[in-house]
Amino acid sequence: MTVLFGQLFTGVSIGAVLLLIALGLALTFGQMNVINMAHGEFIMAGAYTTYVLQQTITGAGWSLLVALPVAFVVAGTMGVLLEVLLIRRLYARPLDTLLVTWGVSLILQQLARDVFGSPNVQTRAPDLLTGNIALPGGLTVATNRLFILTLAVAAVVALTLALRLTPLGRRIRAVVQNRDLAAVSGIATARVDRTTFFIGSGLAGLAGVALTLLGPIGPTMGTNLIIDAFLVVVVGGIGQLKGSVIVAFALGVLQATGEYLTTLSVAKVLVFVAIVAFLQWRPQGLFTLRTRSLA
Amino acid sequence: MSTVTAPTGRTPDPAAGGRRRNLLPGAGPARAAAGFALGAALLFAVAPLALSDFRLSLLAKYLCLAMVAIGIGIAWGRGGMLTLGQGVFFGLGGYAMAMHLKLADAGPGELPDFMQLYGQLDELPWWWRPFASPWFALPATVLLPMAVAFGLGSLVFRRKVRGAYFAILSQALAMAMVILLVGQQGTTGGTNGLTDIQGFFGYALTDPVNQRMVYFVIAGTLLALLLLARQLIQSRYGELLVAVRDGEERVRFLGYDPASVKLVAYVVAAGMAGLAGALFVPAVGIISPAMIGIVPSIEFVIGVAVGGRATLLGPVLGAVAVAWAKTALSERFPGGWTYLQGLMFVLVVAFLPGGLAALVGLGRQRGDDPDRRRWWRRRRRQVPAGVGTTVPVEGAGTPEATDGAGLAGARTGVTA
Repeated sequence: MTVLFGQLFTGVSIGAVLLLIALGLALTFGQMNVINMAHGEFIMAGAYTTYVLQQTITGAGWSLLVALPVAFVVAGTMGVLLEVLLIRRLYARPLDTLLVTWGVSLILQQLARDVFGSPNVQTRAPDLLTGNIALPGGLTVATNRLFILTLAVAAVVALTLALRLTPLGRRIRAVVQNRDLAAVSGIATARVDRTTFFIGSGLAGLAGVALTLLGPIGPTMGTNLIIDAFLVVVVGGIGQLKGSVIVAFALGVLQATGEYLTTLSVAKVLVFVAIVAFLQWRPQGLFTLRTRSLA
Repeated sequence: MSTVTAPTGRTPDPAAGGRRRNLLPGAGPARAAAGFALGAALLFAVAPLALSDFRLSLLAKYLCLAMVAIGIGIAWGRGGMLTLGQGVFFGLGGYAMAMHLKLADAGPGELPDFMQLYGQLDELPWWWRPFASPWFALPATVLLPMAVAFGLGSLVFRRKVRGAYFAILSQALAMAMVILLVGQQGTTGGTNGLTDIQGFFGYALTDPVNQRMVYFVIAGTLLALLLLARQLIQSRYGELLVAVRDGEERVRFLGYDPASVKLVAYVVAAGMAGLAGALFVPAVGIISPAMIGIVPSIEFVIGVAVGGRATLLGPVLGAVAVAWAKTALSERFPGGWTYLQGLMFVLVVAFLPGGLAALVGLGRQRGDDPDRRRWWRRRRRQVPAGVGTTVPVEGAGTPEATDGAGLAGARTGVTA
């Protein structure tokens, strides 16, 4: 029971990290139909931001708190730069965008290597986030994982509210649902795109801050995560957030239980098989926007 | 493809050079034969004479990568399927060959050296056993990747998983494969892979003469694959493949099954990658997860993009050039090479989608593609009025409908 609970909780917290990353992807992929492989490097940027801030601000707790907004802005700014300089020119060619942003991610990784050195660096977690919390029944949860879960849930709630209630959110939803009609109705779609990119990339920065609590920071930390996160978006269906939320936690739990029952490597393959099987059932993902397209 | 009834829908990929059949302008059978003879002379006479043994073995390695590139050229350049997981098929071929060679090195009834090292095994795992026989192992190097590609392809293409979705899935396959290989260290060699391969069907690979023989085998195979690819591209099937790339739904309405068309190209590309992997092993003497994962898989693609994805020779030349540049530069400036590689992705794909082949064929393409000079100035949404009368729904909300081909309407009016 305790082991099972531990595995489940680990799965949920893996899902939370995936969710933080996938939220940004779901936004940009859903709205602009571009595959941004450099999203993983925005995670890295967020993580290194935490590292740098910890060098300047001594208290681990304070530096983490400061890192959250700063990493959001740093990663978001990088995202906007990328959008303005490159991606905007490639909107009609999603596959080419994938390759171009992969090139950007190679450059950013090497930049990180040159600036921070290729060995991984480590941040110090605040004391508050190093222990366990005991629950009734002999169950324990690690506080750092709980923090990440809270962060992810907060991000989902904030994003949902923003999309539902604010004028900006309304514009974003309009562009996602029908770009042409939105443009005709007087929405400056290019500006909305830029804002979405800022928010989406900023969320990757937040994920980077969260990841510093779980492990070391390195130049290539984003590469593997990004693929898992893309799978979440693909399986969850684009254009809506709830698919990503459900699938992120489902994949996290599936991965963790698979790991528990077999081994890490077999679990990865099982997850892949499960995804291909799922796409047989719903090739457009879990939730889709209704369109009249032929696809 | 009909050019009369095509007021909407997608016109050829900006990278395509759609109607042209290969790199040489005005290529006819005679010209192709001359080009082939020239290539054969270069590979079989000039290169062995001009290059040292060391350089020649490097060239052998590059030629293996070029074989993968031919396959990617067919699947991606002609078929529009960006496969970011060719390393999987390369690896399946490579591992199949390496398993056989390891067993042959060890001798009958013995375990390969690394299994003895890691120690938990008393006898061969069941799935290693068939590879002791060359009659199983050699066909398996090609058939195994083709079978995997067939399995995955028939599942995903039938359900219309395509474009970016397919690219991500193929990449995830590469990730899963590497993690599996690394995880099963006792039977796969883990991160190290299968190393230190000594013999190749009775010939010692340490002997430079035998290395040359391996080079000749590889060069011959490459030429054979080029011929095969040329036949495929010029056949009716090849036309159909390009048609599927440029307007999958339209092909469906014409009564063909796009899923089968794509499946054939994907399986052929996988077979070529498998063969390349199998020949890579005797040329280099090692196969490891580091050569087949996400990063090498996407590196296969950059050579194709640089050379010219939709041409016959472009991918080959591009792959050899990029691999050569990597060797030459990464020794001297390891960091610099990564920057250059990243820049290459950005510059070539964004600003020269036809690859270097487009530069060579510049004069001819001018007439083919009136849009050529304008694509970077054109704003995304400036759809000319009056077009788009039959298929008005592409664009918003259907990401996979626009796989690499340009939005409907964005470049219409060209064919009419």
